[in-house]
Amino acid sequence: MLVLDALGKTYPNGVHALERFSARINLGEIVAIIGGSGCGKSTLLRAIAGLDRASSGTVTLDDIAISAPHAKIGIIFQEPRLLPWLSVADNIGFGLSEQPTEERRAKIARTLAKLGLADKSDAWPRELSGGQAQRVAIARALVPRPEVLLLDEPFSALDAFTRRDLQDHLLDLWADARPTLVLVTHDVDEAVVLADRVLVMRPRPGRLFEEIRINLGRPRDRNSPLFDNFKRRVLTALDRSLDRNVPEAEPKFNAGEAMWW
Amino acid sequence: MTLDTLSASKPAITLSRASPGRLRGYARPLLGLVLPISLALGWEIIVGLGLSNGRLVPPPSRIFTTLLDLARSGELLRHVTATLTRVLAGFAVGVVAGTVLGAISGYWGLARRLLDPTVQALRAIPSLAWVPLFILWLGIFETSKVALIAVGVFFPVYLGVMGAILSVDRKIVEVGRAFRLSGPAMIRRILLPAVLPAFVVALRVGLGLGWMFVVAAELMGASEGLGYLLVDGQQLGKPAQIFAAIVVFAILGKITDWLIVIAAAPLLRWQDAFTGQGGAA
Repeated sequence: MLVLDALGKTYPNGVHALERFSARINLGEIVAIIGGSGCGKSTLLRAIAGLDRASSGTVTLDDIAISAPHAKIGIIFQEPRLLPWLSVADNIGFGLSEQPTEERRAKIARTLAKLGLADKSDAWPRELSGGQAQRVAIARALVPRPEVLLLDEPFSALDAFTRRDLQDHLLDLWADARPTLVLVTHDVDEAVVLADRVLVMRPRPGRLFEEIRINLGRPRDRNSPLFDNFKRRVLTALDRSLDRNVPEAEPKFNAGEAMWW
Repeated sequence: MTLDTLSASKPAITLSRASPGRLRGYARPLLGLVLPISLALGWEIIVGLGLSNGRLVPPPSRIFTTLLDLARSGELLRHVTATLTRVLAGFAVGVVAGTVLGAISGYWGLARRLLDPTVQALRAIPSLAWVPLFILWLGIFETSKVALIAVGVFFPVYLGVMGAILSVDRKIVEVGRAFRLSGPAMIRRILLPAVLPAFVVALRVGLGLGWMFVVAAELMGASEGLGYLLVDGQQLGKPAQIFAAIVVFAILGKITDWLIVIAAAPLLRWQDAFTGQGGAA
């Protein structure tokens, strides 16, 4: 279990990014963190990853305090951040360097086949499309089998069509080992498609505003009324978190309007 | 009949259309040779016709003969060896010093604040100003020459290495951190490959300066070396020998530069994929 206890972060320049954020996230759970810009959601994720230290509070994973990057925690960034001097295969195997070559090769080959990128094994990252590159980045993070995978707006740079593809693809990969996923996003659609729980944050300073459980089976139908219903709840919570007065009944949003702020 | 002429003329048309296009593809690099070659040929003809004696500007054939004579007598080999040894020794010293100090300054902020201002101040001194000092300190023989070349090589390498390390993408370094790379692993797996392209450029610039400074060093006084051939040619009024030495400099400079490029090519293949034509998808 991943336990976030009263996490706070104040940057040296005085920006109060995060205040007393607490959550308990079970193994295998998918949690989406959503909020307006400046709500500290990326700060939160970087603290969980151990890339930045929180100013106060603790992150514990299975009773181990996390203050630096940990083998059980993987992270995927907004950009693929592939190493341009490594082939696609070597990029995927980047986190496996301590394993014997044979085992490593087998894992990479299996992953490439699963990604549908077997023919790109020897390609350079430069030769991949944006969607393919992000796919490889996801694989790179998942191949070492982390217990927790953190995703920092992983699909926000992609076009809507590729984004949907990759969301489904992520769920596919997730189903293999069922790690815990913590996903930061500003896309309501994405949060409702992927998450078991959506945590809505409120900005300045960033803190937890509301928690919405998405009681929908998988795979989820993006066009079902039930799906719409959850989306509306998240949107309403978001609006209230930003102190916008929106009538509770029937706010009019189009499906594509995920980034209306 | 009309049909016949049509079918007969058609291939001719496509051929004549295709050939200039194809020629252009092959000929484009050769196009640059047109001017120097026609100038050389023109001068050869003018001198050959007796329109000029070509005493100060010898025709290509005379330069070539001089070169051949020097080569036959073994003189050329002696001078080339002397110069090449100096350049390589100075280059080696300059590259090692520049790489080590550049890496320290790039990697370690405190060292940069301590070291870099001094290095930058020294860099502002025209390197030839060191010559009298080096001769006083190190004598008039090989050591002072190698030292001067090393100074010339040092600065571009130092700057290149430091700048390259400073400009390594922080986001990629973060990937290394997320995968918990140790310090040495971070250097080996992230920093070195990231720095390599800029390092190769720094080496090439450094080598170019090395060739420049070997001439300076040898002009100051040497009993052998291509620079000595230059001075000797000037003092004895042998312009063909000067031209011959210049030609050898050009060839050696180009070859050594090319060797660096060839040696680095397998390590920089990932870059070619992106600078090369088109690229997939």
